Amino acid sequence: MKTINALISASNVSVFKQNKSILKNIDIQINKNDFITIIGPNGAGKTMLLKCLMGFYKPNFGEIQKKDKLKIGYMPQSINVINTMPMTVKNFITVRKKYDDISFKQVVSEIDIRQLVDKQLSVLSGGEMQRVLLARSLLNNPDLLILDEPAQNLDISGQLSFYKLIQEIYSKRDISILMVSHDLHLVMVSTKKVLCLSNHICCSGKPQQVAQDPEFISMFGKDMANMMAVYQHTNHTSQIDNPLIDGEIK
Amino acid sequence: MSYYGESIAHSSLLGVGLGILLGTGINFGIIVVCLLFGILFLWLQQSKILSTDTLLGVLAHLALSIGIIVISLNRIKIDIHAFLFGDILTVSSNDLWMMYLGVILVIFLVSFNWSSLLLVTIDEDLARAEGINPIYINLLLTSILTIVVAVSLQIIGLLLITAMLIIPAATSRRLANSPEQMALIATLIGIFSVILGIFLSVEIDAPSGPSIVVVSATLFFLSYLFNFLIKKN
Repeated sequence: MKTINALISASNVSVFKQNKSILKNIDIQINKNDFITIIGPNGAGKTMLLKCLMGFYKPNFGEIQKKDKLKIGYMPQSINVINTMPMTVKNFITVRKKYDDISFKQVVSEIDIRQLVDKQLSVLSGGEMQRVLLARSLLNNPDLLILDEPAQNLDISGQLSFYKLIQEIYSKRDISILMVSHDLHLVMVSTKKVLCLSNHICCSGKPQQVAQDPEFISMFGKDMANMMAVYQHTNHTSQIDNPLIDGEIK
Repeated sequence: MSYYGESIAHSSLLGVGLGILLGTGINFGIIVVCLLFGILFLWLQQSKILSTDTLLGVLAHLALSIGIIVISLNRIKIDIHAFLFGDILTVSSNDLWMMYLGVILVIFLVSFNWSSLLLVTIDEDLARAEGINPIYINLLLTSILTIVVAVSLQIIGLLLITAMLIIPAATSRRLANSPEQMALIATLIGIFSVILGIFLSVEIDAPSGPSIVVVSATLFFLSYLFNFLIKKN
């Protein structure tokens, strides 16, 4: 196997299930310090693509190469907290992790969950749980953070503060981020590249380019495209602090 | 998946029947049949054709029925009742050594793989992301359950083994703050239930299995009452 510079490189990946094409000829490269957001309708194969890239699922065709000793932090959409087992947040974050006290404290203060560490998992709110999952995925200092619709179960202010947190992590750590998200208007400023997926890659590029792509407009509608354009023009710095969007979405 | 243990226990009767029929001994029969059953189940579950509950319901009762048919076809008559509800008088000193061996093996397997078992229980995808293959962990769990079923069949009986898998753990849930504590307290409660249950069965001349289950269920209700009273104060 040849050595590669990219963290993960997938070429020509296809997945079929029961004669249905889930992914078709996907090429994607994740490089150092990338921030890639994957968008796409339900059933577009977003989660399947993540599974293939992480090696949970072997695609029917194509090749996926990972850099040697690549450390991936994975944050799932949600987990089913089983009420039949008691477990504290600290216990959950550290189970099966090699860590030292300093890096644990660092992650706890970075994600701001100090007041949660001794609580039971079963009493956490949706937003608290997402933070805990994020903290767990960061404990090993990963090179690549993979997030699958991380803010799906949060209300709008929860989403804003969550994406702000992701942005902070991205700017402070030497890390690459690959994220599946529907909340494109909220991640516009952070993300460097958008990949629009609908079983095949419809379009990809910088957010403002993607917003003008005919395939994107036909998939998400003009409103979304306009909204993204508005976002680009109005504010170039701290977009996420300024949630003036309520009136614009239908 | 709570009834996975019960299904493995149900399939053990087929192991008993085949063990006697083929002259390989009961324990060997149980271990082979339970392991095969567990692997068959995991394989069918992976294929996702049927829901887990349906699959367990069909396979467990099929295994139980075939087991009863095989036993009734045997020329050597055995007491099915003793296998269903447990009869401590059937335990020989040889069986005791098997139990010691089984217990040591289970403690070793569980403590050696504790964190992986825990993570797979919480979320299989999280486990996969951290390099665990959940299939291996599920196979390990199947093996552990098989050993537990094989060593406790004669005392508790196959219909009541699930009770001892679930009730002490559920009692302990009320009292523990971490998975490790829960496992430890559940073990102590289990030991206490068995001792008191056997004592009870001697006193009132009742079968051992049901006596043990009655004791452990009583402890379960007491723990809820205890919890309720503490919260009230």
